[in-house]
Amino acid sequence: MTAGTAGLHAAAERETLVSVQGVVKHFPIKQGIVFKKEVARVHAVDGVDLEVRSGETVGIVGESGSGKSTLARCVTGLHPVTSGRILFEGTDITKLSGAGLKAFRKDVQMIFQDPYGSLNPRRRVGSIIGDPFAIHGLASGAERKKRVQELMELVGLNPEHYNRFPAEFSGGQRQRIGVARALAVRPKLIVCDEPVSALDVSIQAQVINLLKDLQREFGLTYIFIAHDLSVVRYVSDRVGVMYLGRIGEAAAAGDLYERPRHPYSAALLSAASIADPDEAERAERIVLIGDVPSPIDPPSGCRFHPRCPKAEERCTVDEPELEVKEGDAADHLTACHFPVEPGENLAREHAGIRQESTEPELPEVEQ
Amino acid sequence: MSMMSELEPEALPPEPAEPPKRVVGRTPFQLAWARFKRDKLALVSLVVLVLMAIFALMAPLWADWTGHPYDQTFPKTALDAAGQPVGPGKDFWLGADQLGRDVLVRAAYGARISLVVGILSALLASLLGVAVGVLSGFVGGVTDTVLARIMDITLALPYLLVAIMLATTFQISSVTASLTLTILVIAFFSFASFGRIIRGQVMSLKQKEFIEAARSLGASNTRIMFVDVLPNLIAQVTVLTSLLIPTSIVFEATLSFLGVGVRLPMPSWGSMLGEGSDVFQTAWWLLVVPAVLLLLTTLSFNLLGDGIRDALDPRSDRIIGKK
Repeated sequence: MTAGTAGLHAAAERETLVSVQGVVKHFPIKQGIVFKKEVARVHAVDGVDLEVRSGETVGIVGESGSGKSTLARCVTGLHPVTSGRILFEGTDITKLSGAGLKAFRKDVQMIFQDPYGSLNPRRRVGSIIGDPFAIHGLASGAERKKRVQELMELVGLNPEHYNRFPAEFSGGQRQRIGVARALAVRPKLIVCDEPVSALDVSIQAQVINLLKDLQREFGLTYIFIAHDLSVVRYVSDRVGVMYLGRIGEAAAAGDLYERPRHPYSAALLSAASIADPDEAERAERIVLIGDVPSPIDPPSGCRFHPRCPKAEERCTVDEPELEVKEGDAADHLTACHFPVEPGENLAREHAGIRQESTEPELPEVEQ
Repeated sequence: MSMMSELEPEALPPEPAEPPKRVVGRTPFQLAWARFKRDKLALVSLVVLVLMAIFALMAPLWADWTGHPYDQTFPKTALDAAGQPVGPGKDFWLGADQLGRDVLVRAAYGARISLVVGILSALLASLLGVAVGVLSGFVGGVTDTVLARIMDITLALPYLLVAIMLATTFQISSVTASLTLTILVIAFFSFASFGRIIRGQVMSLKQKEFIEAARSLGASNTRIMFVDVLPNLIAQVTVLTSLLIPTSIVFEATLSFLGVGVRLPMPSWGSMLGEGSDVFQTAWWLLVVPAVLLLLTTLSFNLLGDGIRDALDPRSDRIIGKK
């Protein structure tokens, strides 16, 4: 089977590869010298549902602290979830251990944000990329070296640099090393946690195009996390917008960018840079008031209500469900009581509801 | 216009005729050695230590050449008519002690004890410190709490009192047994500060993304510990160990000075200092010889340790920066 037919096959069937169901991840804040007592919890991910179909790219956007990276680490099994289920090919991975977990780790790989921190500085590139072969006992000796060099060639690195240390490469090249390592075991899903945000813009394009080429060639599925909206739009088939640990809106990429329904998505999109200066002049930015509330004690009702220009009394008590709104496509889900209507100018709206900071008073946290 | 032409490719200087210089990749060790070689003080220290080691290894030869075994007294030649030891001279190159023994031969045997105890107990302490520190920092939780508190307790113990207590309790008379006990005591009281530093290093390493990457590849904890954590500790461990050696040498000298270290008649710089302090007003060489040797050795080890730290830590570029 050639790479081309593999791509077509995936596009035709598009069966669900990953199903995230009501996933909650809380980090306890503990205090005490000998006996640690839980004094509060950070609600990093607080009830997320997400479907990822085989062969597609799902983008996840959101501000810092919205829980994107935590969600990514839950899906790859790096963080145990507090509650909820994550089905990978029908198996609940939150209950895996031992051999089952190791097999799962072979199918799901991760590309990290920091190309400097994600490679062990004391090891040669050859052994870093060869790690997956060693861990899963797939190849050793000359065979491993041959396959590592094939991978290096595949991601656009010089195979002769096999014996170099990570410090001898540039940021973009290091990210390619990370991509090669992730590809080594031929995974089905690759979770990219802000893979290009640490790179120069010109290098970003190279790495993104590499990822897209590899997807076409191997029929890969991506969960692509970023805070750069234009990057996400370029790579994603579908996009989920996260805010304070919940998904506010999920839709096909084009649909979301054309017709955002959640006020937060609309505000995010209005803040994205526009390449055309005339267009940028005309665009009115929706300026959100205040900061993201503390995830230690998130707001009641809709989490966005303290900053939402359309918020009303109901939003403070009633948590909106993620559902299809009137006039939207069947895969366009919005969690909002008062979705933005097409043509509505949010920049002119004034919030009816204001709320002060929800940051709880905590004594000094001991490290 | 001239600005423009400078930007044009034609205006660029012609390609050099000779082939471009090949960039040769160097291992971290090669880089460190290149930096170390520029540190003259550390090189001198290394030479002093090598000489000291040769001096110690030659101890039986000194005894042969002078005809004075370390534990024999020579009352006829070594003591004058008044019973005072003779100073440095033709027969006794570095003088004799109050019992009529050769100070040079005894100092050479003392160098053996100092180097052996210093190096072995520092190695033992670093081994113990790395094991406890890595376990504590990597596993975390209850294990960490228990091990960290044990290290705190060890640091709080009055080591001299414990050492004296052990020496009086066990009443050891053989040289080997007392040597072993001394090494164990020094290692036990040095590992905790070592372990605490390693624990902190491991805790910060654990947060690095490459550890997370290894975990997401399916690597076991043992593999992560040996492949990803330990190699990143090599620099710290080398520096700490080289700085622990002089401390251990002084520790041994202290114990032997107090008579609870290596048992007599085996000489040690510490016990020579202890014996010499009674008569130093008439026989200065009894104090000066072991004191100078001790000073030279510990100073050299310290300077060498500093040199190694500068060489291994790429951020401390001050040696290169000076040139």
